[in-house]
Amino acid sequence: MIGLLSYAVFFSTVASILAIAVLGLNLQWGFTGLFNGGVVAFFGAGAYGTLILGGTPQADHLGGFGLAYPLALAGGAVAAGALAWVVGILTLRLRHDYLAIATFGIAVTFENVMRNAEALSGGAKGFRGFERPLRDLFGDGFAYNLFFFSLVLTLLVAVYLFLERLVRSPFGRLLRAIREDEDAARSLGKAPARVRLTSFVTGSVIIGLAGGLYATFYAFISPQDVLPTLTFQIWAMLIVGGAGNNRGAALGAFLIWGAWTASGWALSRFAPVEAQLYTGSIQYILIGSIIVAMLLWRPQGLLPERLVLSQSGQPVKPRQQGA
Amino acid sequence: MIQNLVDGILVGSVLSLGAIGLTLVMHMLRFANFSHAELLSIGAYAALVFDAVFSALLPPLAASIGPLSMTWALVLALVAAVGVTGASALAIDRLVFRRVRAKGSELSMVFASFGVAMIIRNVMGLVFGLGTHLYSKDIVFAVVVSRDPMLLIKPDQVFVLGAALLVMVALHLMLSRTTLGFALRAVAENPTLAQVNGVNLGRMIALVWVLGGGLAAIAGVFYGLTNQISPMIGRDLVLPVFAATIVGGIGSVYGAVLGGFVVGIAANLALAVLPSGYSPSVPFLIILAVLLVRPNGLFGEARA
Repeated sequence: MIGLLSYAVFFSTVASILAIAVLGLNLQWGFTGLFNGGVVAFFGAGAYGTLILGGTPQADHLGGFGLAYPLALAGGAVAAGALAWVVGILTLRLRHDYLAIATFGIAVTFENVMRNAEALSGGAKGFRGFERPLRDLFGDGFAYNLFFFSLVLTLLVAVYLFLERLVRSPFGRLLRAIREDEDAARSLGKAPARVRLTSFVTGSVIIGLAGGLYATFYAFISPQDVLPTLTFQIWAMLIVGGAGNNRGAALGAFLIWGAWTASGWALSRFAPVEAQLYTGSIQYILIGSIIVAMLLWRPQGLLPERLVLSQSGQPVKPRQQGA
Repeated sequence: MIQNLVDGILVGSVLSLGAIGLTLVMHMLRFANFSHAELLSIGAYAALVFDAVFSALLPPLAASIGPLSMTWALVLALVAAVGVTGASALAIDRLVFRRVRAKGSELSMVFASFGVAMIIRNVMGLVFGLGTHLYSKDIVFAVVVSRDPMLLIKPDQVFVLGAALLVMVALHLMLSRTTLGFALRAVAENPTLAQVNGVNLGRMIALVWVLGGGLAAIAGVFYGLTNQISPMIGRDLVLPVFAATIVGGIGSVYGAVLGGFVVGIAANLALAVLPSGYSPSVPFLIILAVLLVRPNGLFGEARA
């Protein structure tokens, strides 16, 4: 029983961390229409940033600034935001393909640099030497996981409430206006490129926060954790849950992460031994098919975006001819 | 250094062929197709299968041509692979992209292409295994062109470069001399106006996919001939091919040709300076440089 409970906590912690990342992506894609093809670069910047700033000194790579945990986590998120700013400033005034390609490129490059720059990141061996916060108080067992889960859940709720407020604010209306008709927004004196940049950086900071929490949870990060596959999984969560709906985004994170772990477990349990090598391939085909199927048959996701119509206006009756 | 330059030109010819199809699709359908590089992989594997079939049916075909590791069977297999890959590209459009296009925005297409790429790559891995294949197990020795500076070239590489250039010239003639080429360019410039003049848009879109798929198959086979065939061809080439289209300017066929060579040469020259582990990062650096200096590429025009 305790085993099952402990697994439930473990699963929910990872799913909640991913849900935070999906919420960040939802701000970019769901509300602003920005295609971030390199979610994992910002996730990774947050993860590596947090561990480098908050870790203990290491002989073979950078790190050991030993900052207090909240500062380290915030530093990681800021690192993700800075990376987003650089990419955004170069691409957001061009046609939308450029952002998709440049973000995809930065994710490939980020993983490549982390794998090779041993002095910075520990290389392929990964980044070690991080002490999880409040470990003295909770130890290493179930109590710690429960504490960390409540921390993650609090942050998830905080991010959710922040985004709900944001998208209902005038700024949120502006985001949707630009997403729907950029020219119309510009004709009203808005600057679409700048607003998009704000949204892109904010979303990336949130994704970086998720990365920082992920690295904290495992007290370890390696290039294996920042493969392009993770981008794909996070996107699947958003598309399945419902782009433009924060509740849908969080729901999608739990559903897809559940489906992913369940299919991995089922394949390792029931598939013949010679097929085990191909477990990953089968899982990717499954998740790829889910995405294509969703786009074909239910592009709005399980929980679609709720349309916000003009708040003051009453429904207009069609005018009768001659009236 | 000179070796890097020559290798770069060879890689560049493969990237150019891949980038031509991608730039046409991006220009006409207005989305970044992340599954285009998987067409190279489909072409490479299709040729592998046909090569084995033809060699088995007609053993005399399995003899090497001159100093090349290429056989007549592989030449025929290449032709068949062009057909299969063009048909696959068209089928993928009919099954996925056209339906998403009918419902959603251009950006849904980008995401659909992510999904399609993931499916193709992993199906390839399941069918052909995750290991690597070669068209020929014979070792072809490189010819020493000069010893100082050291320059080694394989006969296959010379053949690949020549054949790629020939394909590009043929494509140029088709685009600049035939009615079909005019119609294609007209649709890319202004779809509505082209339709007013009696160009069938649906047929042109189909033509772009078949053309792009066919060129990708040639690129894939040439890549397999000079490197090796693995399910990761798509993953490894997607960024360099995108970089080539951005360097050339999205929508410009001649830009894509030039962009392919620029990316191939730059990536190989960079190896003279950077440790080889960093080579996957080079295309991104090129993209960044182009966006800083000339955001619409060498031949591209600004378009929202």
